[in-house]
Amino acid sequence: MITDSNFERRQAVGKLFFVWTGACALVACSLLFLILGYIAWQGASSLDWSFFTRLPKPVGEKGGGIANAILGSAKVVGLAAALGLPIGVAGGLFLGENRKSRMSFWVRYAADVLNGIPSIIVGLVTYTLVVLPMRHFSGLAGSIALAVIMIPIALRNTEEFIRLVPDTLREAGLALGIPRWKVTLTIILPAASKGILTGCLLAVSRVAGETAPLIFTAFGNRYWGEGMLQPVASLPHTIYTYAISPYDDWHRQAWAAALVLMLFVLTINAASRLWLRPSQEGH
Amino acid sequence: MKRHFDEDLDGLAARLLHMGRLTEEMIQLAVRVVTERDALLVAEVKRREHEVNELHIEIDDRALKLIALHQPAAGDLRMIAAAIKINSDLERVGDQAVNIAETGEYLCKEPKMKLFDVPRMVEVAASMLKDSLEAFARKDTALAKDVIRRDDEEDRLKSQTFNELIHLMQSDASTIQRAMDVILISRNLERVADHATNIAEDVIFMVLGKDIRHRHVEA
Amino acid sequence: MSTMTMPMKPQPEAAARAQQPASPVLEIRGLSAGYASAPVIRDVRMDIGRGLVTAIIGPSGCGKSTLIRCLNRMHEIIPGAFCEGDVRLEGHDVFRMDPVHLRRQVGMVFQRPNPFPTMSVYENVASGLRLNGVRDRKLTAERVEKSLRQAALWDEVKDRLDKPGVGLSGGQQQRLCIARALAVEPRVLLLDEPCSALDPIATARIEEALLELKGSLTMVIVTHNMQQAARVSDRTAFLLMGDLVEYDETQKIFTSPADKRTEDYITGRFG
Repeated sequence: MITDSNFERRQAVGKLFFVWTGACALVACSLLFLILGYIAWQGASSLDWSFFTRLPKPVGEKGGGIANAILGSAKVVGLAAALGLPIGVAGGLFLGENRKSRMSFWVRYAADVLNGIPSIIVGLVTYTLVVLPMRHFSGLAGSIALAVIMIPIALRNTEEFIRLVPDTLREAGLALGIPRWKVTLTIILPAASKGILTGCLLAVSRVAGETAPLIFTAFGNRYWGEGMLQPVASLPHTIYTYAISPYDDWHRQAWAAALVLMLFVLTINAASRLWLRPSQEGH
Repeated sequence: MKRHFDEDLDGLAARLLHMGRLTEEMIQLAVRVVTERDALLVAEVKRREHEVNELHIEIDDRALKLIALHQPAAGDLRMIAAAIKINSDLERVGDQAVNIAETGEYLCKEPKMKLFDVPRMVEVAASMLKDSLEAFARKDTALAKDVIRRDDEEDRLKSQTFNELIHLMQSDASTIQRAMDVILISRNLERVADHATNIAEDVIFMVLGKDIRHRHVEA
Repeated sequence: MSTMTMPMKPQPEAAARAQQPASPVLEIRGLSAGYASAPVIRDVRMDIGRGLVTAIIGPSGCGKSTLIRCLNRMHEIIPGAFCEGDVRLEGHDVFRMDPVHLRRQVGMVFQRPNPFPTMSVYENVASGLRLNGVRDRKLTAERVEKSLRQAALWDEVKDRLDKPGVGLSGGQQQRLCIARALAVEPRVLLLDEPCSALDPIATARIEEALLELKGSLTMVIVTHNMQQAARVSDRTAFLLMGDLVEYDETQKIFTSPADKRTEDYITGRFG
């Protein structure tokens, strides 16, 4: 029998399934566009040169910018990256190369737990361990808190990409009479470098938006601040402060700041996706 | 595990043995031309020679094909190498049979001639040929070694016949023509025995992987 | 970095072939190896002849790869692997040597070509030298060219030495790996089914390269292709279920093997 009586029914069910799942996917996507769109609508009009370069005006006055918050975020996140990424990458390197040892099991477990700790708790702990002994809030404390959040992200990501490097490369290196550590450093690490760097970028973009830990550590600052050992302004903190304030002008600025932060995160995401695409040349 | 290749090898052996049977028949018929002075049998010999020559070509062809397509090794390789060589020896045996028949044809036209040890030589040569082919069929190295040993007797008989015929020619000049023919026939038979010996040596190489040519055979 | 001070003189092919008055490069006695507690090879005894190609054949799982991996101690990087017995390289016990040092003397080429993806052709071949501390640029360049010529790859890559190693075809990549192994001038080169991932033409090129290297380099090749063993090797070892069944000159193994199991394997009668 060439013809099939169930054919039409099967086709219909298939189409329905496709339509239904497609619609759900669209809903998920559209949420992103909704959020982006709303923020852009609210905040785009406030973006001008003075917004990026001016300090906040005194309470009640219109105008002013978030220059200190942008710089402050850069400093705090930058220092956090300098502290947390090397530790995370090195740890991931260890895990990637020593997969089955008992120590690896516990390290992996600890990293996963650390990853799951709510950021506000990290902030609180840092408050107790850094801010209190120092007797004041500081950018340094903020960086430490953010670094703690970044470490497990970088670690697990590095481990994944090290693992992705095929064992055949390790064998090839060892068979040439190269010591194990040199094989890891000069052959495996470069091979995984793209993925590792991308992971670091994503970790940076993730902590750039963390607010809760910074409330207890960097504390925020209406001015440029006096260095990392003093309170420092940051974007998410500024958004929070302005959003819960009673002033309309500050609300407007909060939307704008939110847009700036969103654009930053989007750019990093898009760039890392592009970079990590498999290359077209070669085999 | 039986392989398709085994069927090909068995086929090759079967054709070879068929060729062997034909050459044995040719020898028998050719000798009868001499002993029974029946010139009509020459045609029979020549008929079989035609088939033997065709088999000669066919067997070499088969063997080459098996080598080209199957890259045989070890026992299979030795068997095919032996088959090629035995093929050549059997074709020569056929030629010897034709020679005997043609010489016999001349003798038929002459008065009857004393054959001395030629009948005995025929027995030895024919049995050697038969046994060497049997040894190939059964992969029997003991039989092959026995064939090789008998070659000495054939050589001895040939020398004996030669001396007796020389004696005869010296005493009676009218027998020279016929005596020469008989000497030729004895030579043909001795060659047949040599070919049977070659076949036996090839069988030993095929079975044992030992090349015993040009060397003394141990018991 | 120190290297063993015994220089390898290239030997004329005739002297290095069959009749071996020279001492073997590798002596293997009572070698057993495996994983967890299950042995894969048992009590293997063989001598690897100087300047010769020795082939190891046998059905899958018979322990061929395990055997050669014991020779440069690559077997031990697998967790749970064990290896016992006596293996001597030029008289020195390999299990007492630093494995890194051993692997510079006994190189290896693997089944799937594995050039380093982040390095160019030149860097790949030079990697064994560079990463072992050789700084002399001129020497490195000479060795790279020599190795690429020995691997029959020079003509194809001489104008693209700085292009990525992974941009070559499969057969070229494998020759690149051979050149890379040759650059450190090992005494012995182990090849674990080097052609099984390649097409017949690439295979033929590599076999030609190996034939050219005969005499000046000792090679041990594991292959599941018997005809390759027949074409390329001087001596052949037949391994069956972990036992060394027969080890003799290749011609003898392929014309009249002594053991029936060898004969059955070679003629394809294995069920």
